[in-house]
Amino acid sequence: MKPHRHFERWAPLLLLAALLVLWQVLVLAFAVPEYLFPSPWQIALQMAEFRGPLLAASWSTFWVTMVGFALAIVVGVLLGFLIGSSRTAYAAVYPLMVGFNAVPKAAIVPILVVWFGIGIGPGILTAFLISFFPIMVNIATGLATLEPELEDVLRVLGARRWDVLVKVGLPRAMPYFYGSLKIAITLAFVGTVLAEMTAGDSGIGNLIQTAGSQQRMPLAFAGLVVISAMAMAMYELFSAIEKHTTAWAHRGSQAE
Amino acid sequence: MSAATDTAFLDFRNVWLAYNDALLREGKFAVEAIDLQVRRGEFIAIVGPSGCGKSTFMKLATGLKPPSRGRVAVDGQPVTGPLKISGMAFQAPSLLPWRTTLDNVLLPLEIVEPYRRQFKAKRREYAERARALLAKVGLSGYEDKFPWQLSGGMQQRASLCRALIHEPKMLLLDEPFGALDAFTREELWCTLRDLWTEQRFNVVLVTHDLRESVFLADTVYVMSKGPGRFVVKRDITLPRPRDLELTYAREFTDVVHELRGHIGAMRKAGAEVAQ
Repeated sequence: MKPHRHFERWAPLLLLAALLVLWQVLVLAFAVPEYLFPSPWQIALQMAEFRGPLLAASWSTFWVTMVGFALAIVVGVLLGFLIGSSRTAYAAVYPLMVGFNAVPKAAIVPILVVWFGIGIGPGILTAFLISFFPIMVNIATGLATLEPELEDVLRVLGARRWDVLVKVGLPRAMPYFYGSLKIAITLAFVGTVLAEMTAGDSGIGNLIQTAGSQQRMPLAFAGLVVISAMAMAMYELFSAIEKHTTAWAHRGSQAE
Repeated sequence: MSAATDTAFLDFRNVWLAYNDALLREGKFAVEAIDLQVRRGEFIAIVGPSGCGKSTFMKLATGLKPPSRGRVAVDGQPVTGPLKISGMAFQAPSLLPWRTTLDNVLLPLEIVEPYRRQFKAKRREYAERARALLAKVGLSGYEDKFPWQLSGGMQQRASLCRALIHEPKMLLLDEPFGALDAFTREELWCTLRDLWTEQRFNVVLVTHDLRESVFLADTVYVMSKGPGRFVVKRDITLPRPRDLELTYAREFTDVVHELRGHIGAMRKAGAEVAQ
């Protein structure tokens, strides 16, 4: 049992290493030119060489994403609370939100540029627009799926709607909420990079765009590596927060 | 008789309920012409086929639903809104998984007055009370466990404690033991019997299980389906205290058979109507 556990833990890293080796071997074997498809080694060299600009760009992308994501949490929670706690609000708001969410965010960026100009404004807003929806839906679902029996138990005691929401609804919605944060944070990074590519003057998206137009593929790939590493780190962070704050909802994985 | 009905604790006078106005206009009632007088401290059971309006009856008795016609009074007062002197438990224990057993039992005290106001100040005292109650139903040592660490029977015991912690005058139970295995169920019958014997609150027990109703109740009402009406009232005169051995005695099984007969006849009549 124990060595198996050990293997499971390291399996993703082993797979990553194997893929990198395979990639390197294939690029070398078929002599793929660098400007088409760089090898992992070339990417690593570029990362080392341009670590200054890469760090600056990552930092810019990171905080723009975080501001957009923070907005998404505030708005998503408020809207989710509203439509999850009232049937009328649910009926009125939900279809609109679904329609809104269906709009491709890439199509909104040019409009945002008109309104806010080139810079961080479109980045923050795109990150926000793309990531608030899952948060809202999950909060609303958590609130709306309350057991009717439990509501009766509390209502007969004279519980007001607010009591039921605070004592039962919100704690119940927490696992949904943290689950949605994991999804939303990766989406927020997508939003920021998207905006940076079309309307940015900084950030990883801008860097990738510039590198691509100069046919410096290893640098563009280095940008991709950095952005996915950031998104993954944030995903893991929220995953850890989720496990620690709502352990009761993950009892399956803890029961041993 | 009139003196007895004047002091009835739970008093239904010709009560009808349709769930909404459209159903009311069509004359489709969930329960019809309910007349019922329950003494203070009496244990009644309501048996009947699924969907006969037993749960509707509970909503009426607790004031969660106002009647479309007729009058409901509890403890001499007309029922106009949710009755805080009642506690409820259902087939699903519906404990909150993020609270320990103790905190689950304390939940009503965080909501119902006058406890609510004093909850922060008297938390320690209330926790002691909850522990004592949990001990009574055999859950000492499990106060700090989470519901998902308890068996189904234990969860249902905790659910009973939650229904009783604010010392309600009336306990409403909607098939509370329906999802338990036979042995656990009989254990819980005894738990409920003992709690009731000690505290003498009123109990309204809704159940499918005729043996359960006869074992526990003073009076069993049989409800018919569509429309939901009380068709039979059977006083259970078996001596108390009753213990599980009684359920194998002749006088016990005779009563169960008799009730079974009523329900069988009703089902047959229902089937003929359906055809």
